[in-house]
Amino acid sequence: MTATEPHLVVEHLVAGYVPDVPILRGASLLVHPGELVTVLGPNGAGKSTLIKAIAGMVPVKEGDVRVSGKSIRGIATHALVGAGVAYVPQTNNVFTRLSVEENLELGCISDIPRTRERIEETYRLFPDLARLRRLAAGRLSGGQRQMVAVGRALMARPSLIMLDEPSAGLSPKMTDMVFQKLLEVRAGGVTILLVEQNAKAALAICDRGYVLAEGRDRFTGTGAELLSSPEVGELYLGSKSRLAS
Amino acid sequence: MMQLLVDGIVAASFITLGVIGLSMVFNILNFPSFAQGDQITTGAYMALAIATLFGSAGSAGGLSVGWCVIIALPCAIVLNSLLALGIDRAIYRQLRLRGASRISMIMASFGVSLMLRNVIVMFAGQDPHFFTFDIQPALRFWGIRIAVNELIVVGVTIVLVLCLHLFLSRTTLGKSMRAVAENPSLARVNGIDVDRVIRWTWIIGTGLATVAGVLLGFTVQLHPFMGFELLLPMFAALIVGGMTNIYGVLLGALLIGLVEGLTVEYLAPEYRQAAPFAAIILVLLFKPHGIFGEKA
Repeated sequence: MTATEPHLVVEHLVAGYVPDVPILRGASLLVHPGELVTVLGPNGAGKSTLIKAIAGMVPVKEGDVRVSGKSIRGIATHALVGAGVAYVPQTNNVFTRLSVEENLELGCISDIPRTRERIEETYRLFPDLARLRRLAAGRLSGGQRQMVAVGRALMARPSLIMLDEPSAGLSPKMTDMVFQKLLEVRAGGVTILLVEQNAKAALAICDRGYVLAEGRDRFTGTGAELLSSPEVGELYLGSKSRLAS
Repeated sequence: MMQLLVDGIVAASFITLGVIGLSMVFNILNFPSFAQGDQITTGAYMALAIATLFGSAGSAGGLSVGWCVIIALPCAIVLNSLLALGIDRAIYRQLRLRGASRISMIMASFGVSLMLRNVIVMFAGQDPHFFTFDIQPALRFWGIRIAVNELIVVGVTIVLVLCLHLFLSRTTLGKSMRAVAENPSLARVNGIDVDRVIRWTWIIGTGLATVAGVLLGFTVQLHPFMGFELLLPMFAALIVGGMTNIYGVLLGALLIGLVEGLTVEYLAPEYRQAAPFAAIILVLLFKPHGIFGEKA
């Protein structure tokens, strides 16, 4: 990857769960190294499908996905970690019957000798998890589960982490805490692609954002630009009001 | 009463070794394999064939069988596991790739069960076979009768169950298996090769089934229905223990073994096969997901 080369390139992606019924109808986006980019859009816009298509979990019919210049279209999902990409699903994102520490261990399956060292690093980033290490993940609160899910994704030392609505079901306080942690992760040099329904919170922390509608990228800009755009406000609120207002 | 307990534990040992594979396949491949019983039979017959090749030289320690059977066991484990992997690749995997429903997988396992049993009948006939014709006198401890073979059966089962516990709780592959059993999609995202986990599921499940078959052959006889007859108690253990909890399933196996023993002692031997049914009904009336099961 050269200095100017984007970290993630999604080009004219056409994808869907059922053949001939595409959810994504030519979505494109770029994420540069070290950026935190958010993907927004109303319900049914194809945000989660986009992230799943990148992760090889939804069949891609047309278009391409490149990470650091290499195509990962059609990659087996379990090989994604080897390509330096981690994905945190929106729901069911922890192994509830396994302990917190076992969840973290499974994140390091590609580099088993370094598991202990990385678990300690994860505990430094999420100190609460150290206290909960022996507890079954199914007994954690929503916010604690998100910490486990993000911590486990980071265990493989990905260069790019994709998160699907990490604030879903969380209180505003927990959302702030999770987003602060994402900023810390980004500060560590990890590129982040964040799919979010909570537009205001996501745009407040992102470098750039994309707004998806009907399976296509409709608007792009910095967080501030999108927050003050009447068109984006209309897409979300049904009127020319701005999201920032 | 102590004698009943000992007999129940011996019966539970066979059920335990068989039901582990059943439980692993159910949790990881998401269907109950009706061929699990017949994999016990194929394991026993494979060991018999290999032992016959080696000859039957003397007895091993206090056992009624010769060293040739002991040597044949690991060979049979390898062969039977390879057979299970071949069946998975040729049948179950093809169905998985086509997105087959659970009921299709169950019907396929019925087919595999019939196929295995008939292949055994074709090669070995319907008549029973024996690892040995030697009669082994029972040992007596504090008024409890137990044959050395039965002592070995219980000992081997305890050691294998402990090994399985350590494997599932301490090794990366074991934890990966538990992860795939709970959420295969998330397991894939984490870089776990689910196909590899499935292969090991067959190897471990069939390996233990082979041990169960050979141990069953030590204590009674080999016949084409020996594993199939264990299927009902195995399913009873699975349901009573709670389908999703391997440790619950082990306790379920012990309970079913004891219930069978009590039935033989206090009712009549002909009710033995009905006992697991009664246990299933009783437990499900009070615990619909089994003793240690979780709501699906």
